[in-house]
Amino acid sequence: MKKKSQSKAAVTRRSFSAGLGAAGIVAGAAPFNVVRAQGAALKVGVLLPRSGYQASIGQDCQRGVDISAGILKDLGLPPLQIMNADTETNVDVARSRAEKLIGEGAQLLIGAFDSGQTTAIAQVAEQKGIPLVINIAAAPPITEQGYKFVFRNFPTGPMILRDAFLNQKEVFQITGSAPKTAVMLHVNDTYGTSIQKGMAAMFPKFDMPYKILQEIAYDPTARDLSVEIAKAKATGAEALIAVSRLNDAILLTRELVKQRWTPMAVLSIGPGWYEDQYLKTLGKLSDGPISLVPWYDPNKKLSKSLEAALAKAHPGVSMSTNHVYTFEALLVAADAYKRAGSADPKALADAIRTTNITNNVSPGPGIMFDAKGQNDKLKGSAIQNRGGKLVTLAPREAANAKPEWPLKPYDKRG
Amino acid sequence: MPLDVYLNVAVSGVLTGLVYGLMALGLSVIFGVVRVVNFAHGEMMTVAMYIAVTLFSTLHLDPLVMLIPIAMVLFAFGYVLQAGLINPFITRPEHSQFLLLVAIAIIIVNGLLIVFGPSSQNVQVTYAFDSFQFGRLIIDATKAYAAVAAVAVSAALFIFFRSTMLGTSIRACADNYTGALVVGLNVKRLYALTFALGAACVGAAGPMLLLIFDVTPAAGPAYTLLAFVIVITGGLGSMPGALVGGVLIGLTEAMAGLVFTPSAKSMFAFAILVLVLLFRPQGIMGKRAA
Repeated sequence: MKKKSQSKAAVTRRSFSAGLGAAGIVAGAAPFNVVRAQGAALKVGVLLPRSGYQASIGQDCQRGVDISAGILKDLGLPPLQIMNADTETNVDVARSRAEKLIGEGAQLLIGAFDSGQTTAIAQVAEQKGIPLVINIAAAPPITEQGYKFVFRNFPTGPMILRDAFLNQKEVFQITGSAPKTAVMLHVNDTYGTSIQKGMAAMFPKFDMPYKILQEIAYDPTARDLSVEIAKAKATGAEALIAVSRLNDAILLTRELVKQRWTPMAVLSIGPGWYEDQYLKTLGKLSDGPISLVPWYDPNKKLSKSLEAALAKAHPGVSMSTNHVYTFEALLVAADAYKRAGSADPKALADAIRTTNITNNVSPGPGIMFDAKGQNDKLKGSAIQNRGGKLVTLAPREAANAKPEWPLKPYDKRG
Repeated sequence: MPLDVYLNVAVSGVLTGLVYGLMALGLSVIFGVVRVVNFAHGEMMTVAMYIAVTLFSTLHLDPLVMLIPIAMVLFAFGYVLQAGLINPFITRPEHSQFLLLVAIAIIIVNGLLIVFGPSSQNVQVTYAFDSFQFGRLIIDATKAYAAVAAVAVSAALFIFFRSTMLGTSIRACADNYTGALVVGLNVKRLYALTFALGAACVGAAGPMLLLIFDVTPAAGPAYTLLAFVIVITGGLGSMPGALVGGVLIGLTEAMAGLVFTPSAKSMFAFAILVLVLLFRPQGIMGKRAA
């Protein structure tokens, strides 16, 4: 009883007044913090697969982050404080890292190259009310959930396929020749299978000049692709359509050479055939394949700045999708922060929703988002390997070279 | 499909299978004598492959030329590993041996990851893209060279075990452990020597496989599994069985890919394994347990 009375007595008029005063100071400081945030750097959490089997891609995306600061400054945009996180190529880790970044004060998130990891991060971002700007992830459902804080400046799978068909037709039109038959080789992972299914569904709508004689699926971890090429060659197809990754693209090319088969064209939908390691490993044998991929417009002014910055920071590294779309995600963040005039997440999300950046790098009219948070104005490109470099063939407005057609025979390359 | 396509694929499968056979031969030799299942077998081969990659990238030394020196390095590694680490586990329960060798495998994979990174690596020898054409038959030159080397190394190993005193002593240890002790053989040393010979087999197979496949640190476990499938199919402990198993698995993978779908190659290899386990549990060339 005595203790209880003491406890009651502890709340005196004096201590109550002191508490009230402290509360007043805290309340008074809160708006001051928001005002101060306007002058400070925006805290951006960048989630990428920096280890695990996608490590090399995550590290390549990081190059886009590394070269961004100077360019954003030149554009008159506010500084960004980058908070790096590794998703370890794991969906669960991606989710927990996103939560951790937000807990540590990240005011906006960027990531994460892979659709599965990005889906997990998007759920966290939406739940916590922190904007997420996706750099690379093509799965359509991510922007079909009605999320208010998730934005994607990267084409969805169907957009990539649509542009792949349109750009092929443009290349055929420029060259005045087209294959009448094709054989499709694709990895049987999530990406390869979704492209194969998407192609089957969309192919009839585009009135393509060729018919697909056979679809051959293979394991992405396959060590030897000699059977696959033997089977593809036996179809007698004029063109080879490939949906592959880097290692298998190299293996497929080796087998094409060894089995003495040069198709009229190698048309790749996806990574592998244009990557630096492919070019370096195969030398002259890497010339010729046409990749139908999300790329950049080499004729845009900002593309040249980005290329110069990359060449300076990472000599010998060719600019690619990974650098471009990671940089553009940061561009969106800095632009929104400038227009919002605040680091308040809701104000940032509202600013991103009204983005209209025309001085950008990717092909198309610029960066702008529809009601779902998707940049539906983006265009894919047709690029070709040429002497260890990459040139853009289509779309016409982003082209900087004419196609070399048909593929030069592998046994006549010196 | 034209007949020559089947022939081309079959030849390719047999050639690859011979190199697989040499890799599995090491596993079979170790188990046949030491009675320890080497769960780090594939990982040891990736070590050999990375040595070959390093020698090629720094000194431009052809993997086939470096085959014997690399096999010797792996021989020494195998000897030290067995004498220093595995020997105390010979008399311990099998699960202890299993955990030890799995731990060694994990250490190798992660060590390679730290040193070489996760990206795949290969060698670009001058004949990397060569092939021989006989009418409509096209033979991959690198596979042909690797298969010839695999046959030569296997033959040397057979001769060693059949025609030398040391080889006979090792076989004596395998046949009768107590008898070998009674006649005064240094069984511990012979065990270490056998493990070293098994390691030398993967030391020789690694550079050959590097001509056919790229190497990544993560490739090790897949090669271990492949070696197991081959030796169980051919007969665990049987040296000719390892080669027969290798050729059978190589041929099955190739033909299954051609006739059915390439993504089902491994499925058919495992189907062969299941059939062998059902109808001939000792393996094609293995001896039935008394």
